Amino acid sequence: MPEQQESEEIRKNLGEWKKETLQPTLDRFPERREEFITTSSEVVNRLYTPADLDGSSFDEEIGYPGLYPFTRGVHPTMYRSRQWTMRMFAGFGTAEETNQRFKYLLKQGQTGLSVAFDMPTLMGFDTDAPEAEGEFGRCGVAISSLKDMEMLLDGLPLDQVSTSMTINSPAAIIWAMYIAAAENQGVKRDQLRGTLQNDILKEYIAQKEYIFPPDPSMRLVTDTIAFGSREVPLWNTISISGYHIREAGSTAIQELAFTLADGFEYVRWALERGLEIDEFAPRLSFFFNAHNDFFEEIAKYRAARRIWAKEIRHTYQAKNPRSWLMRFHSQTAGVSLTAQQPEINIVRVAVQALAAVLGGTQSLHTNSMDEALALPSERAATIALRTQQIIAEESGVINSVDPLGGSYYLESLTNKMEKQAYAYFEKIQDLGGVLPAIEVGFFQGEISDSAYRYQREIDQQVRQVIGVNAYLDEKEPEIPLLKMDPEGFRNQVSRINKVKQDRDQGRVGQKLDRLRIACQGTENTMPHILEAVHAYATLGEITEVMKDMFGIYREENWI
Amino acid sequence: MGNSQTKIRVLIAKAGLDGHDRGAKVVARALRDAGMEVIYTGLRQTPEMITEAALQEDVQVVGLSILSGAHMTLVPKVIKMLQKQGLTDVKLFLGGIIPDEDKSELTKLGVDGIFGPGTSTQLIIEDIRKACQ
Amino acid sequence: MPVTRTQAVLNGERLALTRTLSQVENNTPEGNQILEELFPHTGNAHLIGVTGAPGTGKSTLVNQLAFDYRHPPEGTKPPTVAIVAIDPSSPFSGGALLGDRVRMQDLAGDPGVFVRSMASRGSLGGLASTTAGLVQVFDAAGFDIILIETVGAGQAEVEIASLAHTTIVVEAPGLGDEIQTFKAGILEIADILVVNKADKPGADNALRALRNMLSLTQPEKNVVMHHGKMMSTEEAPAGDAEPDQEWVPPVLPTTATTGDGVAELIEQIAAHQQHLKTSGGWILREQARLKNEVGNLLQEALHQRWNSSIPPADYEKVLDQVVSRQISPRRAVDKLIKGAGL
Repeated sequence: MPEQQESEEIRKNLGEWKKETLQPTLDRFPERREEFITTSSEVVNRLYTPADLDGSSFDEEIGYPGLYPFTRGVHPTMYRSRQWTMRMFAGFGTAEETNQRFKYLLKQGQTGLSVAFDMPTLMGFDTDAPEAEGEFGRCGVAISSLKDMEMLLDGLPLDQVSTSMTINSPAAIIWAMYIAAAENQGVKRDQLRGTLQNDILKEYIAQKEYIFPPDPSMRLVTDTIAFGSREVPLWNTISISGYHIREAGSTAIQELAFTLADGFEYVRWALERGLEIDEFAPRLSFFFNAHNDFFEEIAKYRAARRIWAKEIRHTYQAKNPRSWLMRFHSQTAGVSLTAQQPEINIVRVAVQALAAVLGGTQSLHTNSMDEALALPSERAATIALRTQQIIAEESGVINSVDPLGGSYYLESLTNKMEKQAYAYFEKIQDLGGVLPAIEVGFFQGEISDSAYRYQREIDQQVRQVIGVNAYLDEKEPEIPLLKMDPEGFRNQVSRINKVKQDRDQGRVGQKLDRLRIACQGTENTMPHILEAVHAYATLGEITEVMKDMFGIYREENWI
Repeated sequence: MGNSQTKIRVLIAKAGLDGHDRGAKVVARALRDAGMEVIYTGLRQTPEMITEAALQEDVQVVGLSILSGAHMTLVPKVIKMLQKQGLTDVKLFLGGIIPDEDKSELTKLGVDGIFGPGTSTQLIIEDIRKACQ
Repeated sequence: MPVTRTQAVLNGERLALTRTLSQVENNTPEGNQILEELFPHTGNAHLIGVTGAPGTGKSTLVNQLAFDYRHPPEGTKPPTVAIVAIDPSSPFSGGALLGDRVRMQDLAGDPGVFVRSMASRGSLGGLASTTAGLVQVFDAAGFDIILIETVGAGQAEVEIASLAHTTIVVEAPGLGDEIQTFKAGILEIADILVVNKADKPGADNALRALRNMLSLTQPEKNVVMHHGKMMSTEEAPAGDAEPDQEWVPPVLPTTATTGDGVAELIEQIAAHQQHLKTSGGWILREQARLKNEVGNLLQEALHQRWNSSIPPADYEKVLDQVVSRQISPRRAVDKLIKGAGL
């Protein structure tokens, strides 16, 4: 960035500083460690100067917020105009219980809803399926039919709130239920705002909650993108997620590279479907992890925005600037929470949340301190939300846009991560693209290696985790944990039975048959899923039809 | 030929519907690096599948990873089935987020060890070695 | 005790079977005793070796083969199937990660199937005789089909697969520009060649390349292909290689993930078995296999005996002399054998 002459001057002075000032100090006080590394095991230099930014141009690489390449943020004024959406992920037990929690959160000042589903729902099973035994409502809400969705959304202003739904393999079905429930409430499709996670690629790569093989799964995703861009224009049909890649043990660079590679893959599929890039790209959204290493995380978000803008503009030829900009949700790192001394998780979450805000996030979920032990209690969730409010209202970090921009360390780290991401893109390309790379277990292997290295660093005390291998506390944690309603399961099963009794069986059969035909051919499945959902076909029944037509997937390569 | 050699054989299984296999894989690799032979079963194993694999592989140890919260349903089943197959000498270890009140109940049922979040792999290796002596 | 366990294995009791497999694998005196008693009851199973480079989808193919064997056309009695899946041990820790079961989940819950994973542990000879032992236990326990799966990455694994009556070499498209078998040199041992992942681009090319390769090598290779690696051309009886009785290894496409082509593979396996029986090849293979096993065991035993007779210090001393170039390695061996009192 600095001019030639200036740069030479800096190098000269730096050399002098090293000799005259640094070395004598090092001789007397050696540094505490031979090497300082980030959470991702990347080595960090002692000092960064303008010399580290040689060759990068301010306008092309950093520039201005709201302008290409959006390194400094997607809006010119960022949080001075509008704060990020404080979106707390919630869901447990029955639809009624979660509905109550949503109403509570809205009253506490939360500005968006975020639905967590239970394992059977995520895997396309109804609560009463044998596979679902023991899993009801444990890590989210159970939604088996439109009836449950109606209870979940009862009394919520669907034309005003935006709703994020963390669902992947059965995303099309759950989204159809949301649309149908809204329509039954009198809210039209084109008024609905929200985000569907719908990111199947990272399921194969990291979270492993897949049902169908990659090809038909990608077809379903493309169906929702195509349907959304025409019928539900305010909805983000996909949230391309690095979060789970990171939670599975990846480094920050792997999170960045794999997520963007997935994003480009979705773009290619939509283009092949015949959609115009500017027709759908503005509705693609992202979801990143906010982990411990403050600067590494901020650099990750900035590099992500820049790479996305460059590629969508130049490689994929988007003309609309709205297509170029990457909007993302973030969540603090679940894996960083400790079961030991759980209260100190509040501090971890605060640091991580601050990184997400300084990295320019559009919405944020802050984890609750008790999440390494159980689902968050109401009290813990409130503290987590308050953490965001303190950052927004008291810390002052939002007064200036991208206040860390121009930091030698941060900018150099941003450049480095961008380069490292491109190196990964090349590797993926060499393997034949994202799907072939999944098939040979490339991503899975990389993540597994990183996870193992991280654990070894902890076990060998290279890395300190407070409460786990440093500053231990003998006292067992005593914080009140969330208790599940033991009646929930029975209520849910009887509701499924009642739905099945009350509905028009002939109509259900007919709609499912029609869906079967759609799955077999190439037409968009969404309208047929909607019809089946409206007829109160259950999640399990619809998934069963799709399993029949698409087959099921199993991971072949595991390390 | 007199050169008999025994190795600790461990089955690492993911039970329940969730796909979070980070911990299971890290533990599997750590045990391998500690010289054990580790049989990995993959995701979503039912108690029947776990018991069958434990029998066929004649492992001394079964390590179950459960993060979905379904442990109180799945673990008692695994224990019962292992007993039914005559595998009463097989040690059963558990990894995952297990609340304290469940821990004591599971230990009573015959679980030999429970490794919660933050457990070091050395501790897991040591406990397995001790159990196999 | 051993007697009752032997009887239990013969009765097909799974707990006794699995414990016996461990005893044999660990080379315990009890294991050897049981093996002794089981041996007269062996010789009935069809041993099928499956080998190929990593990434060819061998385990998935083995899974599908076993599944199809267990689900024959209506009215046919399904054969029972045992699988020995061999993976390498870590040379550093001696541990192993055995993950083949991940790809064999379709077989779960079937009492007519038994899957056993095995780490390669020590030496080639050791592995070969351990595998042979495991196979004998399964054979005596009444399993009709025994599939032996090895990673065809090195000569060791290749030789183990070639101990079978029928050896299948698995290839897959897109593993690189060249067909892997060319490099590994395992084409010679194949009775059946399979191009798995036939739904992937490049499968046709791989099929064509293998067929070409085969037609080129056919004239010189036929004897070797009859008997596997361990029998040299001179040892083979001349009358066996009549042109009309020659087995030409078929090249088959399969897609193990969908099961496409597996029925044809099973047909070819049966045809090969038929061929061996009518051509006399079956007996020759049995002989070769057992001869090989005795050879391996003998080698191991002699090595053991020598090893236990020589003081480690003497061994070190002789090695030092070699290192300091006082004596040659050959001279060292001479000295060591004499020193061991042989």
